[in-house]
Amino acid sequence: MHKTRHTGGTQEGGAVSLDASLVKPAAVRGRNVGDRVFKGVTFLFALGVFLLVFLMAFEMAHGSQETLSEFGLLFLTGKVWNPVSGEFGALPFLYGTVLSSCIALLIAIPLGLGVALFLSEMAPRWLERPLSFLVELLAAIPSIVYGLWGIFVLVPWLRTDVEPLLSKSLGFLPLFRGAPYGFGMLAAGLILAIMVLPIITSISRDVMKSIPRTYREAALALGATPWETAKIVLTSGRSGIFGAALLGLGRAVGETMAVTMVIGNSPQISASVFDPGYSMASVLANEFAEAISSMHVSALIEIALLLFLVTVALNALARAIVWSVTRRFSQS
Amino acid sequence: MNAQAWFRWRKVKNRVMALLTLLCVLLAVLPLVMIFSYTLAQGIGALNLDFFLHMPKPVGEAGGGMANALVGTLILIGLGSLVGLPVGVLAGIYLAEYGNNPFASTVRFLADVLSGVPSIVVGVVAYTLVVIPMKSFSALAGGVALGILMIPTITRTTEEMIRLVPASYREAGLALGVPHWKTVVRIVLPVAGRGIMTGVVLGIARAAGETAPLLFTALGNRFWSTSLDEPIASLTVFVYDYAKSPFDDWIRQAWAAALVLILLVVVLNVIFRFVTRGTYGDQ
Repeated sequence: MHKTRHTGGTQEGGAVSLDASLVKPAAVRGRNVGDRVFKGVTFLFALGVFLLVFLMAFEMAHGSQETLSEFGLLFLTGKVWNPVSGEFGALPFLYGTVLSSCIALLIAIPLGLGVALFLSEMAPRWLERPLSFLVELLAAIPSIVYGLWGIFVLVPWLRTDVEPLLSKSLGFLPLFRGAPYGFGMLAAGLILAIMVLPIITSISRDVMKSIPRTYREAALALGATPWETAKIVLTSGRSGIFGAALLGLGRAVGETMAVTMVIGNSPQISASVFDPGYSMASVLANEFAEAISSMHVSALIEIALLLFLVTVALNALARAIVWSVTRRFSQS
Repeated sequence: MNAQAWFRWRKVKNRVMALLTLLCVLLAVLPLVMIFSYTLAQGIGALNLDFFLHMPKPVGEAGGGMANALVGTLILIGLGSLVGLPVGVLAGIYLAEYGNNPFASTVRFLADVLSGVPSIVVGVVAYTLVVIPMKSFSALAGGVALGILMIPTITRTTEEMIRLVPASYREAGLALGVPHWKTVVRIVLPVAGRGIMTGVVLGIARAAGETAPLLFTALGNRFWSTSLDEPIASLTVFVYDYAKSPFDDWIRQAWAAALVLILLVVVLNVIFRFVTRGTYGDQ
C-alpha cells in the first residue's frame, strides 16, 4: 500500500530505486551532493569573514612598513607632526583621541547607566519599548549629521554660554582655562558622549535584563525598596556593565566625522579642554586624500593600524565579558 | 536614628533615585529631539525639486542641487551590496545552520569585532586594496569599503532571523524527505526572508550614511560621473564639503542632504522594527 503510493510519486525508478534508498538511508538523509555543496559554499563565505579581519591587519601592516621601520616606537612619542619636513610624531593625535574619549565616557557612562536602570528596572513595560527605540535611534543618525549639528548648534552654544561659565566658576583648574573657542576637546567629547550613549545603554540594559528575576524577588521579599533592588542588579551585573563601557570606548575612539568637524584640528597638546586638538581618526579624514609623499601615506596607515588594533582589542575584550556574563545568568 | 526615620529616609532615597533615572532618560532623548527638529527646520527649505534634479552650480553661484550625489550614493551602495550581500547572507546561513562548532563561534566573534572597527579604518584598507593598485580614486574603491562595512550587520541579522524560524518548519521539510539544503533554501529562507531583507536594508542604510570611508576611496566629484573607475560624488561627502564652506546657500543644501539622510535611516529603522515584530511576535 505504502509502497505503491511512493513509487507513484517518483517518476522513473519504480521499485528498484525505492529499494536502493531503503538500503542506504544515508543517501536520503545527509550525504547527498546538494547538501555537501551547500555546506561548502556557505562555509567558504564564513571563512571569508574570518579571513577579512586578518587581511585588514596584513594590508595595514604592509602599508605602514616604511614608518614602522624608520621611527619604530618614536612614532608614538613624537610631538611634532610635520609632513612637509618629514617629521611624524603621533602623540598629539593619541592625546586628542584619549582625552576626547575620556570626556565622552565620563558623561555617557553615568547617563547611560541611568537610562538602562530606568528601562530595565523602573519603567512600565509599555514605556520601555518605545523609549529604548528612541535611544537606539540615536545610534542610527549618520555621523556626518552629528557633525553638522555640532558645527552650527553645539559649538556656538559652548562658545557663548558654557565655556565662559565654566572658566568663570572652575577657571582655577588648568582644565578649564583659556579662550572659549567653541571648537575643541570639549565639543568633541560632548558630541562623542551623545554618540556612544546608545551602545552603553543598550548593552548594559541587556546585561541587567539577563540577571535572574529571583535576585530581585529575593531583595524585594526582604523589604528592599526598588532602588535598593536596582543596586543589587547593578552590582551583580557590574562586569557586564564594564564591558558596555569598553564597547562605548571603542566607538568613541574610532568615531571620525563628527569629531573632525568640531575638534578644531590643531595638532597640539594642551591641558585645557577649551583648546582645539586633533584625533587619530580626524587626521586620517583630513590628510589621507592629500598625502603625496610615501612616508606621509605610510605614517597615516600606521595610525589606521593603531586604531584598528586598539578597537579590535577593546571590542574583543568587551564582547567576551558581555557574552560570559549574559551566558552565565541565562544558564543559572 | 530610629527605625521610623530610617524607613522614611530609604523611601525618600528611592524616590530621588527614580527621578534621577527618569532625568537621565530625558537628557538622553533631548539631543535626539534637538537634532531632528533643527535638521528639519534648516533642511526643509532647501529640499525642493531642484535639489533632486539639478547638478551643483559652480562655486559661488546660488541654486543647483545634488542630482549627481544622489546617483553617486546609489551606485556606491549598489556596489557595496554586491560585495556585502552575498558574503553576509551566506556566512549568516552557515552560522545558523552549521554553527555549533568552534570555527563558527570564532566567525561570530570576529563579525562582532569587525562591526566595532572604525569605518575610517575600513576606508584605509579599501585604499590599500583598490586605490593603490588602480592608481586612482574610484567608485569601485568606495563600494568595496561600504561592502566590508555591511558584512557584520548582514551576517548577524541573517543568522538571527534564520534562528527565529520555528524548528517545526524545518522538521516538516526533513520529514518529507527533502534534503537539508533544499529545506533551507525553499522553506527556511522564504520564512526568514522578510526579516533578512529588512536587516539587509538596514545594513545598506547604515552604509549610505557613511562618510569617513569614502573620503579617500570614492573621493567626491562635482560633475556627473557614473563610471566605476573614476571618483564619484556622494551625499555624505557633499554634506562634509558644504558644511565647511562659507556660502549660506551651500550650508542650506548641506542641511537638506542631512535631512534626506536622517529620514532615510529613521524610516528604515521604523520599518525594521515593525516587520521583525510582526513576524515573530513579541520576542
